[in-house]
Amino acid sequence: MKKNTPDVQGGPASYIGVAVWVMLLVIAASMPWWAERANLRLLAEFFYMLALAQMWNLLAGYGGMLSVGQQAYIGLGGYALVLLGLRAGINPFLVVPLAGLVAGVAALPIGFVVFRLRGAYFAVGTWVVAEVCRLLLANTTSLGGGSGLSVIQAVRDIPSWWREAFTLWMAVGLGGGATLFVYLLLRSRHGLALTAVRDSEQAAESLGISIGRIKWSVYVASAIGCGMTGALIFITKLRVSPEAAFSVDWTVAMFFIVVIGGIGTIEGPIIGAVIYFLLREVLNGFGSWYLIVMGAVAVGFMLWSPKGVWGLLVKKFDLHLFPVQRRLRLNIKKHLGSQ
Amino acid sequence: MTILEVHNLTSFYGDFQALYGIDFQLGEGETVAVIGSNGAGKSTFLRTLAGLLPAAAADNIMLSGVAIGKTPAHRIIGMGLALVPEGRKLFPSLSVEENLMIGAYAGRSGPWNLMRIYELFPVLKQRRNNPATALSGGQQQMVAIGRALMSNPKVLLCDELSLGLAPVVIRDIYEALPGIKAEGISVIVVEQDIGQAMKVADRLYCFQEGRVSLEGKPSDLSRDQISLAYFGV
Amino acid sequence: MTQWINILIQGALLGGLYALLATGLSLSFGIMRMINIAHGDLAILAAYLALAIAEPFGVNPFLTLLVVVPVMAVVGYVFQRTILNRTLGSDILPPLLVTFGVSIIIQNLLLEIFSADTRSLKIGTLSTDSINLIGGIAVGTFPLMVMMTAIGVLGALQCLFSFTKLGRAFRAASDDSETAQLMGINNKHIYGLAMAIAMAVTAIAGIYLAISTNINPAEGSARLIYAFEAVIIGGLGSIWGTLAGGLILGIAQSIGLQFDPGWGILAGHFAFLAVLMLKPNGLFPITRDR
Repeated sequence: MKKNTPDVQGGPASYIGVAVWVMLLVIAASMPWWAERANLRLLAEFFYMLALAQMWNLLAGYGGMLSVGQQAYIGLGGYALVLLGLRAGINPFLVVPLAGLVAGVAALPIGFVVFRLRGAYFAVGTWVVAEVCRLLLANTTSLGGGSGLSVIQAVRDIPSWWREAFTLWMAVGLGGGATLFVYLLLRSRHGLALTAVRDSEQAAESLGISIGRIKWSVYVASAIGCGMTGALIFITKLRVSPEAAFSVDWTVAMFFIVVIGGIGTIEGPIIGAVIYFLLREVLNGFGSWYLIVMGAVAVGFMLWSPKGVWGLLVKKFDLHLFPVQRRLRLNIKKHLGSQ
Repeated sequence: MTILEVHNLTSFYGDFQALYGIDFQLGEGETVAVIGSNGAGKSTFLRTLAGLLPAAAADNIMLSGVAIGKTPAHRIIGMGLALVPEGRKLFPSLSVEENLMIGAYAGRSGPWNLMRIYELFPVLKQRRNNPATALSGGQQQMVAIGRALMSNPKVLLCDELSLGLAPVVIRDIYEALPGIKAEGISVIVVEQDIGQAMKVADRLYCFQEGRVSLEGKPSDLSRDQISLAYFGV
Repeated sequence: MTQWINILIQGALLGGLYALLATGLSLSFGIMRMINIAHGDLAILAAYLALAIAEPFGVNPFLTLLVVVPVMAVVGYVFQRTILNRTLGSDILPPLLVTFGVSIIIQNLLLEIFSADTRSLKIGTLSTDSINLIGGIAVGTFPLMVMMTAIGVLGALQCLFSFTKLGRAFRAASDDSETAQLMGINNKHIYGLAMAIAMAVTAIAGIYLAISTNINPAEGSARLIYAFEAVIIGGLGSIWGTLAGGLILGIAQSIGLQFDPGWGILAGHFAFLAVLMLKPNGLFPITRDR
């Protein structure tokens, strides 16, 4: 079929932006050779939180579906690590993509159930599903029951340096990959359809866009991303328990990062993740105050500047590092010439 | 005595400008008709008067000498201006009688009450406890008018009373107009049905693309003049 | 046999508490088409307010209702008018995101102020008293009280909606907020009042909750889920549906508990999911989706 959707144009800022981003990724990837362990861990955490945030943003910011239950897939990823990595003895780093598969498959029946709801009810419905997963696994003694299982055995055979390095590289891969995935998706015609659905379902449907298919695809993609990240997270945490795996705190963090950074943008989660980690470091030692402050900041942004920090920057400087807007440029001369 | 004075009124739907500097007057006890094709801005005009859309400046609209251009809708009804909205817009969760009663929410005193509305539209009395949206189109229109009257307005705005109704029903509705006017209410009627509009109006305005294209007494205006003003061709 | 009747009764009475908890949620959805994710946490907030009064001064928990209910009503009105009214519009995300943020703030504030220790409101022997009916069937006194309160509150709300000017205004604003303005209804104020009433009921639910079990700052989320499930099972926007939903949820949980302690809550979730699959709008839906 001939491609007749308008092309996405980038400006100089976007070329610089992409170049800087790629450079940062390369530097990050080189860190195992020169950085301290604690920093490696922190950076890995940054990147896997970024991955989660991009997945949540895909669902909420672009798909218009607020999910308070993505932790179901993070948890399933963790338990995939238990089953495949610990029990079946597969290399834990290979389990990561497999966990994505598991999560993707699980998303099918789960989606079938939750898509019967809309809006706020969809949100809480996804939460219920995550709770059901948590309770089912807490009642499964063979998988550790309520206190969970340690997965140290699965990673013990891998030398420490390689374990840290692979963890970081996978995290960078997931974080950078999630960003790239969303970016490419939005530049494609599927992305155009997604934006149309988000803006007006009725109008999009009348144009022949299959709402159901789009929402499903986005939901499953997000599940896969969360599943893979979940497996990686528990490689670093070394213990999988229902409480930790299916905790709503994951969604809380994703929510903060995306809302403060800028919902519905690709750059937003990146900035949001930086702010999230900064705030956490600054308010370290004040107990739950960092959550209170972040909550207040997020609410503040939603009320007064719903496009987040990135939105403010865009407004001031008209920046687009990852351009996905389609600007129509009519070729006047061509039109006049053809008359 | 002019009860409603509109001067250089502009109105926007977001970025889209719907009204371009409308000048308009309504005298006490008058019936003024506003005609025009779809999209000419007639409904937007009434909605702006009623306060659902803000005017550019408060004194663009003067009701009995008070500037109401920026006053919100829920306070304008308290000042004596009531709108019978396009499409009736009855409340489905309320019965016929409850719809009428909610019309009196603003608490203005005056000659109109439930009993008088039922005198005006007897068929409603039989259906008073039915859900309002279970009635026929014409009966719903009666409820909508009655609901507006319950607020004891000085100015009544009627947006396309004839919309979707059979000619005989339209006639019945308009036959109630003299009874309404007997209390001294001033009326603006927005109509697609030009014949009906000309029958009831003391004066007539024609809108075209957000501007007044013609104004005058029905008896003074020729068919050609109206055609030109209406279609602009 | 008697055992099963007792389980059913127990579950039904638990349902009364869930119905009370769910009513506030049902109200704010019915009138403002808004789900308040902080709902459960506001119930817990009310409970902690009651604790703050009852414990240091040794006041009877039931007396705290006299203070906490009006305070929460005011909190609800202010919350709606200053924050929530700003989020209302055609987009569904803003109210959800804002109330989610508020939920996090409330939970963590409570954590900071009251610590994570579990607490409860003590009412002495009343909490374990029961009335013995014929045939060995026993009905807990306090749970019965909760159910009576639930029925009373719901009945009062029904009267409010059906017979009063304010109730008509609520229904009109819920049907068509623009046309409601044309009647002279100030939507911002009406929504504030609706939230005030919702919070007053939620305060009662929170205090009763703290009497019947131990609570901690993180309880809000779990309670929100139950409230939500009760509303969905019963049907969106239906007052008595909420009672039915609460009953079904309570009974399901009670039965599940009998089979295995870990399955109590799960049974409730399964009942919810089952209703969702078969009748997504609930058993007695009234509200149209805008």
